[in-house]
Amino acid sequence: MPDIGFNTLVVLLGATALGIAAGTVGTFMVLRRRALVSDALSHATLPGLALGFLAGVALGIEGRSLPMLLLGAAVTGVLAVLAIQAIARWTRLPEDAAIGAVLSVFFGVGVVLLSVVQGLPTAGAAGLKTFLFGQTAAMSAAEATALAALAVVAAAAVGVLFKELRLVAFDEGFARVQGWPAGRIDLMLMGLVTLVTVIGLQTVGLVLIIALLITPAAAARFWTERLERMTGIAAGIGGLSGGIGAALSAALPDMPAGAVIVLVATTFFLASLLFGTARGLIALRIRRGRMRHTLLDGVGP
Amino acid sequence: MLQRLRDLDFMPPREAGVSPLVVRDLTVAYHRTPVLRRVNWTAPSSGLIAVCGPNGAGKSTLIKACLGLVRPLAGTVEVFGRPLARQRRLVGYVPQRESVDWEFPVSALDVVAMGRYGLIGWGRRVSKAHRQAAMDALDRVGLADLADRQIGQLSGGQQQRVFLARALAQEAQLYFMDEPLAGVDAATEQAVLDVLRELDAQGRTVICVHHDLQTVADTFDHVLLLNGGVVAEGSPATTLTPDNLRATYGARGQGLMG
Repeated sequence: MPDIGFNTLVVLLGATALGIAAGTVGTFMVLRRRALVSDALSHATLPGLALGFLAGVALGIEGRSLPMLLLGAAVTGVLAVLAIQAIARWTRLPEDAAIGAVLSVFFGVGVVLLSVVQGLPTAGAAGLKTFLFGQTAAMSAAEATALAALAVVAAAAVGVLFKELRLVAFDEGFARVQGWPAGRIDLMLMGLVTLVTVIGLQTVGLVLIIALLITPAAAARFWTERLERMTGIAAGIGGLSGGIGAALSAALPDMPAGAVIVLVATTFFLASLLFGTARGLIALRIRRGRMRHTLLDGVGP
Repeated sequence: MLQRLRDLDFMPPREAGVSPLVVRDLTVAYHRTPVLRRVNWTAPSSGLIAVCGPNGAGKSTLIKACLGLVRPLAGTVEVFGRPLARQRRLVGYVPQRESVDWEFPVSALDVVAMGRYGLIGWGRRVSKAHRQAAMDALDRVGLADLADRQIGQLSGGQQQRVFLARALAQEAQLYFMDEPLAGVDAATEQAVLDVLRELDAQGRTVICVHHDLQTVADTFDHVLLLNGGVVAEGSPATTLTPDNLRATYGARGQGLMG
């Protein structure tokens, strides 16, 4: 085992916390069928990053200021989600068309702004590109600690609102009849997704954060028929993917951390697809075989 | 907020004679198509109520508007003498089975326990007492031994009964049910009918969308004939006349009674 520095260790823990939060929040995004909305949200953070950088320069902050960048990212990400909701609500366009349109407009504007920013003679502008695919090496221990704390907050919020999130995800109409503000509960979920996306920008990057939100939850579904366990398993797979991925990328310095983390998560997904005890392909095959056996061959004298 | 709403729920004493549901000038349209025009209806305060009419008559729309799930263009809905928004706790709902994803990772008991969420309130866990209340509701529809089954592994009739049990767990005073008897097996039909009669005997109001005119008189005490507006209402014997059926269903209406 190579000697890892304190900084790397903190970054690993941060990536683990991020994965736990992404798995927890992602479970409800998958069940609420909002996976694509979160993809639009994460792509729409790009113009916000550039604007946050420009705002920092205007305010006289030297180099890149992480809070400014992440604030800008959150603002444009939320704007994109609101734009999707407005289009789906006030026009008769289907939601996927609204998502496609909004995602490409925001990302396009982001790419343009990014080239503008990179043309500026300001220090740190080139560093913005690391937000596309993630780069843990750029993180300081202080930043990683702060982001990890936010990730814990996001995961804990899901724990507190578990009952409400489950109700709205399963049967929104029934929730409304009982007087639950389904719109506001959805908004809280989108808020948590925004939080996870923004704190994951440095580690995983905006292009691939969707995978860390969706893959652990999708993998967890193969192991259980209960939401409580599914959320826990998704948190575990997300945390392991974040930790293992960040460690691998620290060992292979030229690898973007985001891509490695996502590949680890995908490995977990494939294993779950095959070996999952509730819905995995092998479990299904065995159950079918057993049923055939009891129904057809088991007819004794 | 839920806490505040709950304190406001007001159930008038029976002898006050307040109707469980008063609909005034209700008009609903989807995009450019009007579905209900100026519906005025005061539900009777006792007896099982059926809402009948042809496809597209606005039956489901009427109950969704009464539940606040569809926003009307105009009109008001009053539940036990007050606006619906202040009486949520008094209203129960059994939606059509197709309205949810049955692959969702929850057990039958989990779904029935959702009927208690309004009583439990924000951020709090489902206590043992509430779980027991949900279990009792499952028992009333004859599904106590399937409590831990994932809902997708239940038959269609059993799924319908889970929804019914969830509504029972709400302990509401006014129930809306969207075709609870449509396409169910004999065991489920019996369970649903038993529950309907029990609710009626307890003095609760039940309003069902019902499609089968031939069974209306066997089960229901009151029928509302709907086709874009109220055509007729009253006891099945006086309401299901050839003239009213023609006005509701068109020329083929009379044949529907067999």
